[in-house]
Amino acid sequence: MEWENLSGLIESVNMLWILVAGILVFAMQLGFALVECGFTRSKNSSNIIMKNLMDFAIGSVAYYIIGFGLMFGSTAAGMIGLSGFFHPEGIATPYYIFFQTVFAATAATIVSGAMAERTQFRAYVIYSFLISLVIYPISGHWAWNADGWLCQLGFHDFAGSTVVHSVGGWAALVGAAFLGPRIGKYGPDGKVNAIPGHNLPLGAAGVFVLWIGWFGFNPGSTVSIFTPDGQLVDIGYIAMTTNLAAAIAAVTTMFVTWFRYGKPDVSMTLNAALAGLVAITAGCNAVSYYGALAIGIVSGILIVFGVEFFDKVARIDDPVGAISVHLLNGVWGTLAVGLFANNHVDGVLGLFYGGGFHQLGIQALGVLAFGAWTVVTTSILFFVLKKTIGLRVPAEEEKIGLDIVEHGNNAYPEWGSNREIR
Amino acid sequence: MKKLEIIIRPEKLEVVKNILNDCGASGMMVTNIMGFGNQKGITHIYRGTEYTVNLLPKLKVETVVADDKQKKIVDELCKQVASGSHGDGKIFIYDVEDAIRIRTGESGSVAL
Repeated sequence: MEWENLSGLIESVNMLWILVAGILVFAMQLGFALVECGFTRSKNSSNIIMKNLMDFAIGSVAYYIIGFGLMFGSTAAGMIGLSGFFHPEGIATPYYIFFQTVFAATAATIVSGAMAERTQFRAYVIYSFLISLVIYPISGHWAWNADGWLCQLGFHDFAGSTVVHSVGGWAALVGAAFLGPRIGKYGPDGKVNAIPGHNLPLGAAGVFVLWIGWFGFNPGSTVSIFTPDGQLVDIGYIAMTTNLAAAIAAVTTMFVTWFRYGKPDVSMTLNAALAGLVAITAGCNAVSYYGALAIGIVSGILIVFGVEFFDKVARIDDPVGAISVHLLNGVWGTLAVGLFANNHVDGVLGLFYGGGFHQLGIQALGVLAFGAWTVVTTSILFFVLKKTIGLRVPAEEEKIGLDIVEHGNNAYPEWGSNREIR
Repeated sequence: MKKLEIIIRPEKLEVVKNILNDCGASGMMVTNIMGFGNQKGITHIYRGTEYTVNLLPKLKVETVVADDKQKKIVDELCKQVASGSHGDGKIFIYDVEDAIRIRTGESGSVAL
């Protein structure tokens, strides 16, 4: 076979894999929609669905027109991309733009769950537009554009523990803090109340869909099956580290909640699988299988104490645990590269494998840079929304439910008239 | 005639139906209800936070029987429906002034 034909074959195999992986990542939108819907009350289900639908739809357009250019356009001082606006197909292949679009939408949709059951729909629409248009792409440029300043330093975030998940997580933290807790979450005497979600099987289905989607998210981030010179990229290895971390995180949380609450907690264990997935995302190609297991064990512990911390100490009401899953584990997974990277790829070597503190320091710098950027920009955004069109629905409307007030419908119209009885 | 209002756990319906049939009750009415008694519901843990569910699903079985059948039904219910745990339910007994069968206009015990 001639070299031209061979390179054409390589390109088509790569394209096929990245499209399949991108479609899997797109399925994560369904996963998020189901998790958020199941973990919240039935009176807000239509609103959750509408937010998940629109953050993807709005984000896809915003990211195509402006976002992709800011992220992958030619760099200005490593800080921002400045080419490829309006026609990003001029600087990248269509399948690559598609793949990056579904990633951008993942970051955007994380926030929906943390701000569930009390946010004005129109405010959420504006937030969705801006995070995909500028906030996510600019910080993404630092780490994922080959000329970005963090990439140049050797920052390793393979599939986006920081670039995607912690950005969504920081925005979720800021958004939930600006909103305040749902009515009834904290009693007048300061007592913490549980507000159980209305459909745990729906939430569980969402977690499984997300887990499936992650096999596109992480292994797909190779963005190739063959290197240009025909070397095979080991995507199976990444599928294994990804699965091991998620699995042991769920096992760990099952035991932690069993020990702490007397019974293994279902919704928290579901969260734990996602926590393990978020944490392994940064280092899924750079750690050993046992490194992946170690990362997952820490995730399984982090999720329990994270949820309890935000619920009871910080008193930031996060109905679905998005902050603990995506922020805490996004940060942990990014730092974990500096601990567990074993020179499997890229010459990245962590503290536990004799690399000293060098990589850990770079990872920490990346975590701080992304945190500062996202907290500052989303604080401005949510502050302005709060002072102008309003961030939160009026109390009476929150009690009635966002389905009826914001969308004029009822997700379950055939349920009995005793909706108020739980 | 006596009306028995029997509050039970939903899973005990078959047992109660059998007792009422065996003891000669001629009919019954069953309603899904929510409620609580002395125990004031039960405590769950959701994501690390304890919460109490006051209203639990129960069934209300109503039947009207002749006076002489009351004691046997109550004895059997207490024997067979009790699980020993809180939440087994209660029986309320009322005097019934009269009963009319609409089809024929008969009244009293023969109308049951």
